[in-house]
Amino acid sequence: MSEQMTGLKKIDDCRWMVSMTGGMRVPGIIYSSERLIKEMGADESPKQVANVAHLPGIVKFSLAMPDMHWGYGFPIGGVAAFGLTEGIISPGGVGYDINCGCRLVTTRLALEDVRDRVQDLVRALFQNIPAGVGSKGVLKLAARDQKKVLIDGAKWAVDQGYGTQEDLETTEDRGAMKGADPEKISARALERGREQLGTLGSGNHFLEIEVVEEIFDADAAAAFGLERDQVAVLIHSGSRGLGYQVCDDYLALMVKHIGELGFPLPDRQLACAYLSSPRGKDYLAAMACAANYAWANRQMLMHWTRETFEKVLRKPPRELGMKLLYDVCHNIAKLEQFVVDGKEETLCVHRKGATRAFPPGHPALPGQYRKVGQPVLIPGDMGTGSYVLAGTERAFTETFGSTCHGAGRVMSRTQAMKASKGRAITREMAERGIVIMASGKGTLSEEIPEAYKNLDEVVDVVHRAGISRKVAKLRALGCIKG
Amino acid sequence: MERYRVFDHTADLGMEIYGRTAGDLFSNAAFAVFDIITDLSQVRPRETRDIVVEGSGWEDLLVNFLREVLYLFNGDSFLSKECFVSEIDEVRVVGRVSGELFDPFRHRIHKEIKAVTYHQVMVRKTPELWTGKVIFDV
Repeated sequence: MSEQMTGLKKIDDCRWMVSMTGGMRVPGIIYSSERLIKEMGADESPKQVANVAHLPGIVKFSLAMPDMHWGYGFPIGGVAAFGLTEGIISPGGVGYDINCGCRLVTTRLALEDVRDRVQDLVRALFQNIPAGVGSKGVLKLAARDQKKVLIDGAKWAVDQGYGTQEDLETTEDRGAMKGADPEKISARALERGREQLGTLGSGNHFLEIEVVEEIFDADAAAAFGLERDQVAVLIHSGSRGLGYQVCDDYLALMVKHIGELGFPLPDRQLACAYLSSPRGKDYLAAMACAANYAWANRQMLMHWTRETFEKVLRKPPRELGMKLLYDVCHNIAKLEQFVVDGKEETLCVHRKGATRAFPPGHPALPGQYRKVGQPVLIPGDMGTGSYVLAGTERAFTETFGSTCHGAGRVMSRTQAMKASKGRAITREMAERGIVIMASGKGTLSEEIPEAYKNLDEVVDVVHRAGISRKVAKLRALGCIKG
Repeated sequence: MERYRVFDHTADLGMEIYGRTAGDLFSNAAFAVFDIITDLSQVRPRETRDIVVEGSGWEDLLVNFLREVLYLFNGDSFLSKECFVSEIDEVRVVGRVSGELFDPFRHRIHKEIKAVTYHQVMVRKTPELWTGKVIFDV
């Protein structure tokens, strides 16, 4: 596809401009590479970057990260910030799975300590952690407890004995977003959330045992407590049915009142409300509830992971040293302070399939990371492992403190199913040294590595563009999926 | 007559639905959702649930109707075998589904449908056929 056809203009080796046309209020910028732009083919995500630029109150640019692909309304990999007085908030700019995110747990184990035990660990994790379509957790929350989860997030889980206070220190927002109001959540959302707390979910969610394969930045790695050959666990999950229902409820509500916005929307899925309006505030309060639910969820999943390691390896917690390096989300809208045209301003930053990447010195960072920047966790597709990056000053000034979130799909699920037909995916993975257990057979076929963009390429772009810095690469050893 | 057809859409699932009447179209859409979720030959029509939904036009009505249909499973673990539409116009639909509660020992979930989207939603009427198009988040 020619650049003219897509309306994209190359700025430099890492950035492409979506020029202003029609009702766009700001230009778009896509972080990418020649190869990724080419691979995008007929994907309509650049058009979605342009659509987002139509929304009122948008500041500077409509942005997209190199793992960008087509989403509903906003592209996946999209970042957009809005001013509080004229700006909007959009459920489609957050995504259905509110606070879908990752947490990385480091250990004191080295590869040789677990090499022969990966199979046992994966099997035990699969047994102890509910996963799969509509899976139910071990808890059935009373209404009063559920409201506490929605307000207190990960702290609720820690108070119940799932983990320690120390875990909260290294969780984004200490695992509880402010402003959560359970009154703004529908009975349906509460109902869907009641039995799913402490479940991994299905689709692209997973829990993976990994080993640190390469260190790129020794100082940052030391601050993060990462070293070569070290074993770690990556958990990728979200707010389950509760988050979906919150998005669904508010999307329908905002679509219903689309006529009151006073401007034409290029796509109904971009339905939104002014941040200053009661509807906008209600969504923000409901979204915070779902975000907190997700943090409690990942906290519980981590707790069972620790227990499983203790049991299988017969080692006490002290010897395993399973420490939460960081927990960060990649589907969220947050009120954060930035300098715009020399003035400090609070903006509502939408990150839909994009990760916060705050720079060294930012007050939101825990003390031990303040010198090197915020840890950014980038999960790969099934079996490729993951990256740990660090946030930068450049991200703060260029991308509202945001970077990529993963590999990004290139194949549709149906295409992936076709491509994997007749193949024994579990065995293929085993031949590459990765033990996989999944509750749904279809999941493995839909999530084959070829279905995703090359993670190395995506991470190289954000590293070269300077919107985050490579710290370490981890390789997968074993994985459980829904 | 074919009731629906699935088409490919990046990370998602698209569905084209057909019906001789608007009522037909909507009941086939509900059928299609559950035909994709599970093996309907294993689902018995043991209970009924009523659905009353409003919308601001055919497209909006179809999305709202399918949101309700999907909640039967995602919220209530109910599998619908058939759907009967008793009243329908451009802004309101009344229907009744029959089926049973999901039982992990009897029913297999083939595919999870997580949400109905407004993206490219379409309802078109020709003299002999109603066609609908919807994209689901899966």
